[in-house]
Amino acid sequence: MGYATSMEPDVIIGLEVHVQLNKLKTKLFCSCPLDYHEDEPNTHVCPVCLGLPGAMPVVNKEAVKAAIKVALALHAEVQPFTVFDRKNYFYPDLPKGFQISQYDRPLALGGYVTIETEEGEKKITLKRIHMEEDPGKLTYKGSITTAKYCLIDYNRSGVPLLEIVTEPVMHSPKEARLFLNKLRIILEYLDVFDGSLEGAMRVDANVSIRGGGRVEIKNISSFKGVERALSYEIARQKNLLRMGRKVERETRHFDEVNNITVSLRSKEEEQDYRYFPEPDLVPIYTAELLEEVKGTLPEMPEEKRERLKAQYGIGDNFAKVLVLDKVMADYFEEVAKHVDPKLAASWVVDVLRGELNYRGKDFRFAYEMLKPEEFAKLLRYFREERITEKGVVEVIRIKLDHGGDVDEIIRSRGLFAIPKEEIERLCREAIEKNPKAVADYKGGKKKALDFLVGYVMKATRGRANPAETAQILKKMLEE
Amino acid sequence: MITVKEWKERLESESCYDLISELFDRIERSKLNAFITLNKDEALRLAEEFDRGKLKGKLAGIPVAVKDNISTKGLRTTCASKMLHDYVPPFDAHVVERLRQEGAIIIGKTNMDEFAMGTTTETSFFGVVRNPFDLERVAGGSSGGSGACLGGEESVLALGSDTGGSIRCPASFCGVVGLKPTYGLVSRYGLIPYANSLEQIGPMACCVEDCALLLEVIAGRDWRDSTNAGREFEFRPVDRKFRVGVIREMGGNDDVMGKFEEVVNDIVRPNFEVVEVSMPSFMFALPAYYIIAMSEASSNLARYDGVRYGYALEKLDTWTRYFSKVRAEGFGEEVKRRIMLGTYALSAGYYGKYYLKALKARTLVKRDFERALKDCDVLIAPTMPALPFRIGELADPLTMYKMDVNTVPINLAGVPALSIPIGFVKGLPVGMQIIGRFFEENTIFSFALKIEEALRDEVQRKGVA
Repeated sequence: MGYATSMEPDVIIGLEVHVQLNKLKTKLFCSCPLDYHEDEPNTHVCPVCLGLPGAMPVVNKEAVKAAIKVALALHAEVQPFTVFDRKNYFYPDLPKGFQISQYDRPLALGGYVTIETEEGEKKITLKRIHMEEDPGKLTYKGSITTAKYCLIDYNRSGVPLLEIVTEPVMHSPKEARLFLNKLRIILEYLDVFDGSLEGAMRVDANVSIRGGGRVEIKNISSFKGVERALSYEIARQKNLLRMGRKVERETRHFDEVNNITVSLRSKEEEQDYRYFPEPDLVPIYTAELLEEVKGTLPEMPEEKRERLKAQYGIGDNFAKVLVLDKVMADYFEEVAKHVDPKLAASWVVDVLRGELNYRGKDFRFAYEMLKPEEFAKLLRYFREERITEKGVVEVIRIKLDHGGDVDEIIRSRGLFAIPKEEIERLCREAIEKNPKAVADYKGGKKKALDFLVGYVMKATRGRANPAETAQILKKMLEE
Repeated sequence: MITVKEWKERLESESCYDLISELFDRIERSKLNAFITLNKDEALRLAEEFDRGKLKGKLAGIPVAVKDNISTKGLRTTCASKMLHDYVPPFDAHVVERLRQEGAIIIGKTNMDEFAMGTTTETSFFGVVRNPFDLERVAGGSSGGSGACLGGEESVLALGSDTGGSIRCPASFCGVVGLKPTYGLVSRYGLIPYANSLEQIGPMACCVEDCALLLEVIAGRDWRDSTNAGREFEFRPVDRKFRVGVIREMGGNDDVMGKFEEVVNDIVRPNFEVVEVSMPSFMFALPAYYIIAMSEASSNLARYDGVRYGYALEKLDTWTRYFSKVRAEGFGEEVKRRIMLGTYALSAGYYGKYYLKALKARTLVKRDFERALKDCDVLIAPTMPALPFRIGELADPLTMYKMDVNTVPINLAGVPALSIPIGFVKGLPVGMQIIGRFFEENTIFSFALKIEEALRDEVQRKGVA
């Protein structure tokens, strides 16, 4: 598709990213478990997350620690104390008629995420990071405009969310996507976030073109959606400006089916959320939690990249890719325990990653179907020339699609490479048994060599390496 | 009025079952309208258990009435509102758990102002509560039912809630004892909120000792309320020459001041050290209180949209039309007034002018109390500035709000205050409030006990019944 990919300084983009801390065990203000994705609606609820009168929120300390972890990993400044506020508005997914969020005392200020653009490294600076609760989920039978009623599932109500707000420093939809990708990688490294779950990350995008009003596109639920919504919106605003019209400040909705944005409300209709401090909660002093968290911060992508290069002697091209997914990097390290790391890196990055991608899977799947020890064994066979490159790829495919034992697959499919002595013996045999072809070759008919190679291939049922065989034959014939 | 001691004496000669049955007969014949829902079946079952020696605890076999904004599992909890007229909570408030653990018999849910918004219990969807000393007069509010049921001998103990005087006002009007505990002493878990940062559940009883006993049961640690201080309470009376401050700014009409000054001069001065204290912030307290309370209320009451529980409409409509209609029909006038004023006070452009200013005033009020209580052990003042009003007398909301002038500063500061009866004027009870330092309920009760004893002599000497 024709996305605007190059940087345009006149386009100004800022994002508000809502991230579910969905790897935690319980909700933000009650002890309802978060593993509701496979369960019936309204089964992970209690008086607190249903907003029953008289129920009171209690802050989940683990959620605050996870949030602090994220703030530290994003180089943000965790505030010495932080306050929860009520954001008041009416909506059926909001059981209390307000959302507990943060306003003028957010958890953290500042911070940045480094992305790699075509122009080189760039720091996307952050404005703030705050905590809030997820509302319930609305389901419309049919479309939002024609449905007779909507159904509400409060399983999601109270899921811990982080809102990460960037400064308006991005200049293309692609930068926005790169930022989101990098953010996701960091969050997964911290083991607080699983991006594969539905609704795990939702984005509000602010975009303006110099000279025009700022437009907010609300609640985009996929990375692709963000890129498309922004591209559409930039084109729309440019057209307006070209026609000499004004871009009004407004809030728009992204229609994922038609890939367009539609107006939701103008600036005059903006909601007044009437923020005020949540009187049922007390301010959180972060010093102690901060100390606790500091010790538990895992290695982050940049650090890991440097370490992989130093420890295993692999090239930056491999290290860079490996750290894109913490599970992939872990997988590599386990393979590298048993086999030459450089070989492991190239096979993991160039082959296994591709095979997984092709199947729409990630390295979690590889852990299940082709364990690192098995993969290492396979690569060892390859290094010992007991299996060809083609054979390795075939085993990978069979393992990923059907599973099974590596040795058994190689045996039953006849994938073990023929030892060199055996090839040489067969080459001699081919020469002895085909004097005509030998004579033709010596007479200048170079094509006759193919006939001899074919003989060896047939005898080995295709397991010999044709180029290698030809080499051996040539040498014998020319002696 | 029935004290715990008297009730226990009766239990020696009569079965608990009979006593509780008699109590229900009396309630059912009563004109006070103190109860919204009776808990007759369970109460009689528990009475039977007590008779069989199965019910144990500090309050075993003793009837307790619970204000209808305190959640009781399986027992309708209405907040005296049409909005919640059929709402049955699936959980017990912390204080109700404590009552059950100590063997108390919950006899029913008491009438109140709708969502505790009022000073007279006239805003109840279930009708006004009448004063046990004069049926044409109000019992006070918002815990009017809890005050009236004690004054009318329909219960021995009662729970109320106090956001700006809602325990002390009906205690004063009904001639009983009621405490607004230190903010954070009693868990609010299960209390349906009106203004979270101001209110506490508190004990009401017929004498100081009983009030302290009920506080012992309901006070204490509860992790479910993040504002809970995690402290327990145990009453250990102390006897010393307390230094008592009389708050200059807290006054009342001639009826009230006559009685109050008489008690100060005849009882307090001869027995204790008395000084006059001034609270310069007093004039800011009432407006600050109403701004904060209404702001919080506007948000607390947003959850009542007729979707999950409570008043609902048969006919579906668009979301905005549906919840608007539910709220228009489900809330009473006073509740709507406070929601609208609170919404206004929190709106962009007015927040700084009203809400933030109110918070600053609150800090000043708190400082004034801290300063006064550094010098004095307790402070005293009339609880209410007037005698119980005739039903319908306070038609104008502003006049009604002004009646809270002596009680609201205490909630702003968070300090504890007890209202005790100090006698009668024109056949109507007058109450005095005793204010203490944070978590020094023990001092308040000790001092109150002295006043109570002295007044008993006084009453006997003067031959007043």
